[in-house]
Amino acid sequence: MTGAVLTLAGVAKTYAPRGSQPGTTALQPVDLSIRRGEIFALLGPNGAGKTTLISIICGIVTPSAGTITVDGHDAQADYKAARRAIGLVPQELSTDAFESVLATVSFSRRLFGRAADPAYIEQLLRDLALWEKRNARIMELSGGMKRRVLIAKALAHEPEILFLDEPSAGVDVALRRDMWTMVRSLRDRGVTIILTTHYIEEAEEMADRVGVIAKGRLLLVDEKAALMSRLGKRTLDLTLTEPMAAIPDALADWHPTLEQDGHVLRYVFNATDERTGIPSFLRRVQELGIGFKDLETAKSSLEDIFVDLVGERA
Amino acid sequence: MNLHGIWAIYRFEMARFGRTVWTSLLVPVITTSLYFIVFGSAIGSRMSEVSGVPYGAFIVPGLMLLAIFSESILNASLGIYMPKFTGTIYEILSAPLSPLETVLGYVGAATTKSVIIGLVIFATAHLFVDLPVLHPLAAAGFLILVAATFCLFGFAIGIWAKGFEQLQVIPLLVVTPMTFLGGAFYSVQILPEPWRTVTLFNPVVYLINGFRWTFFGTSDVALGISLAVTGGFLLACLAWISWIFRTGWRLKS
Repeated sequence: MTGAVLTLAGVAKTYAPRGSQPGTTALQPVDLSIRRGEIFALLGPNGAGKTTLISIICGIVTPSAGTITVDGHDAQADYKAARRAIGLVPQELSTDAFESVLATVSFSRRLFGRAADPAYIEQLLRDLALWEKRNARIMELSGGMKRRVLIAKALAHEPEILFLDEPSAGVDVALRRDMWTMVRSLRDRGVTIILTTHYIEEAEEMADRVGVIAKGRLLLVDEKAALMSRLGKRTLDLTLTEPMAAIPDALADWHPTLEQDGHVLRYVFNATDERTGIPSFLRRVQELGIGFKDLETAKSSLEDIFVDLVGERA
Repeated sequence: MNLHGIWAIYRFEMARFGRTVWTSLLVPVITTSLYFIVFGSAIGSRMSEVSGVPYGAFIVPGLMLLAIFSESILNASLGIYMPKFTGTIYEILSAPLSPLETVLGYVGAATTKSVIIGLVIFATAHLFVDLPVLHPLAAAGFLILVAATFCLFGFAIGIWAKGFEQLQVIPLLVVTPMTFLGGAFYSVQILPEPWRTVTLFNPVVYLINGFRWTFFGTSDVALGISLAVTGGFLLACLAWISWIFRTGWRLKS
């Protein structure tokens, strides 16, 4: 895994005002370098700018500013070479309903300037469990099978970089598992994978590195392990039998807080730590004779995390 | 040059034509036959000749262009509008295709379809009238030139259109009336003033007369002007499409 296969410098997107609608900034200047052969997850809530960013890289959206280099080729000046290196699986199931699976995948290969290669296409369709359906019209397929067709189309020209825009959207558990297996196998063959998701779990499962984006700003990029430790905050809430006025000094080591007018004692811990501190915290609570009638643990929502991150960066 | 890409789009579009080939070909055959029954037999029997040409034969170039105009606009506009409508345009936009290559694929296929339909009408007309073609090479060249020009126009309309109804607006409300008023079924010379002069402002007059000249060697207007008008319209369409790709207007966000 050496060198950058994709570099973004100051890539931004602003939409001009239209009539009574004011102009909007969909993407603030982004600097990003993607390593060859890695799986990179772009994590963010809906409307964060993930699709805008990858649409700019793929040539679907025109950037307002910045430069993009794909596999050593400038995406503007040498756009053909740059685009040949990229495959895109869009979020929407956009397909030609009347085409057969084989025809549409073969079309994609030729569209990207590659000569027909029936053996490669057959292998690709077999890998994606589509070979039996090769003569079926796309309109006859289920949503999951259509998603596979889109993946096959994106891989038909043997790209160096594969973009997966929200690959889990509308996908059942079996397909998600197959897709993750396929993504890993592509990575093993040297393909760089960039996926967008709003599921922390997906980023955690798949990625080598993670970028967090919110409100059009790339907030941070980090190795998955480091980021997950940061994002993996959980809370333990004890609903007390009697409200508490102040935190006893004996609990100071755990830095708990009182919530809901003293009715809830909250302890925040890191789920990825080997020692969460929960057993000792509960033991001490018991020793202090603090009664509780309910116990609940919760993961910080992605929204909470983003709010925290935005707050930190503001 | 991404020849594989151009060929992919061309084949895709021709396959779309192939799925509806019988409807696509039957409609012009039936329409042409009806025009011959109405204009050729009913009216033509009362008219001897127009500019020295039997009336039945006189209307053939106009009939062919009437179909070419509408089919070219319809085929080319649908070709690019459908990917926009279904969302599959993402693949075209992200492919290593230059604007020229994209246009060659879509407009090339649409032009092929239009020329096929034009030839079908020509063959159908032969069933009704004796139809000599004085300058066959010029006729073929003019047919392809006009078809390609209107396909370029249709391609631009397909990008401009925000809905299916907008695809129909220009062909139905602008082009067809201009064709009917552009001497498709009559000679401009028989019009009284001031309509004769007014008609000369209709560019379709020059297209129809240019094409008619290749059949019969006679025309209401000078051939040079016909070619200049056709070439001018072609350049205008190319300029529009070039601007669309340069700015991404209604194609890219």
